[in-house]
Amino acid sequence: MLDHFLHWLESTAPAIAISESTWLFPGIESVHVLAITLVVGSITMVDLRLLDVNLRDRPVGELIDEILPWTWTSFAVAVCTGALLFSSNATHYWGTVPFRLKMLLLVLAGVNMTVFHATTLRSVEVWGRQPQTPRAAKISGGVSLSLWIGVIALGRWIGFV
Amino acid sequence: MLDGFINWLGATQASLIIQKVFWIIPTVQIAHILAISVVLASMAMFDLRLLRLAGRRHSIAYFSRRFMPWLWGALIVLALSGSILIVGEPKRALGNVAFEAKMCMLAAAIAVTLVFQAILKRDLRLGGSDLAPSHFAAAKIVGLVSLALWVSIAVAGRLIAYAG
Repeated sequence: MLDHFLHWLESTAPAIAISESTWLFPGIESVHVLAITLVVGSITMVDLRLLDVNLRDRPVGELIDEILPWTWTSFAVAVCTGALLFSSNATHYWGTVPFRLKMLLLVLAGVNMTVFHATTLRSVEVWGRQPQTPRAAKISGGVSLSLWIGVIALGRWIGFV
Repeated sequence: MLDGFINWLGATQASLIIQKVFWIIPTVQIAHILAISVVLASMAMFDLRLLRLAGRRHSIAYFSRRFMPWLWGALIVLALSGSILIVGEPKRALGNVAFEAKMCMLAAAIAVTLVFQAILKRDLRLGGSDLAPSHFAAAKIVGLVSLALWVSIAVAGRLIAYAG
């Protein structure tokens, strides 16, 4: 069933246009890389604050409200452009190790974020104004930072397979 | 002349090692992309502040103190990792249109940043607590130009792989 889906995806009009054009793939890929750098760069700011390394004089809640809308916007662009790139050669990408690992890390990053929002962040008014952060926040920040560095590394690796 | 230099660089011991050890280029590229994400996120925050689209409750001077060290630090990492990539694959970058455009825009972006920082420092030295209000309009233009340059630099970087 998955094979059918991947083949259907490759036969859609945008996928064919991308795989047949010389410049569509590089163009979309450039936007994809740009969006990912903004996702990772902005998340890193929050993660480093959670790790008690950077921006220690800023309340965590305020920082998250300020930065995350930019992260989500960039993430939406990364997903759309990524889906287009994927569709142009879906069966190939799906069969590669780095693509699967990258998707796995993205899911783990999502789980990590959901857990953080559902637990530690709920009491941000209590701890967020002090420079020191609780251990749970440090763990979330460290896990997030590692996962996103992994996402970048695997993304680059896909291009070499 | 450029061809001669490319051939010489590609034959150096350093280049041969980078070419032979399969993981050096991918690993250095990953470090390069991570440093670009630091530059883009820092400069996006800073430029959006200049455009009054983000962080308006904090001064431009504050944003400058916060983000400029990250810019300069990441640029050092970029220069080092970029140099390794050029030594390893001189033909890929040197003489490549996208690479040349990238370097020109990089020089422009650094120049814009240095000039703006000099103006901000002078305003602070003259006793102000932030950029002088008379410079706010110019700061918006700087924000727009700077943001456009950094984004184009990243795009041009990716296009090196495709351009000749």
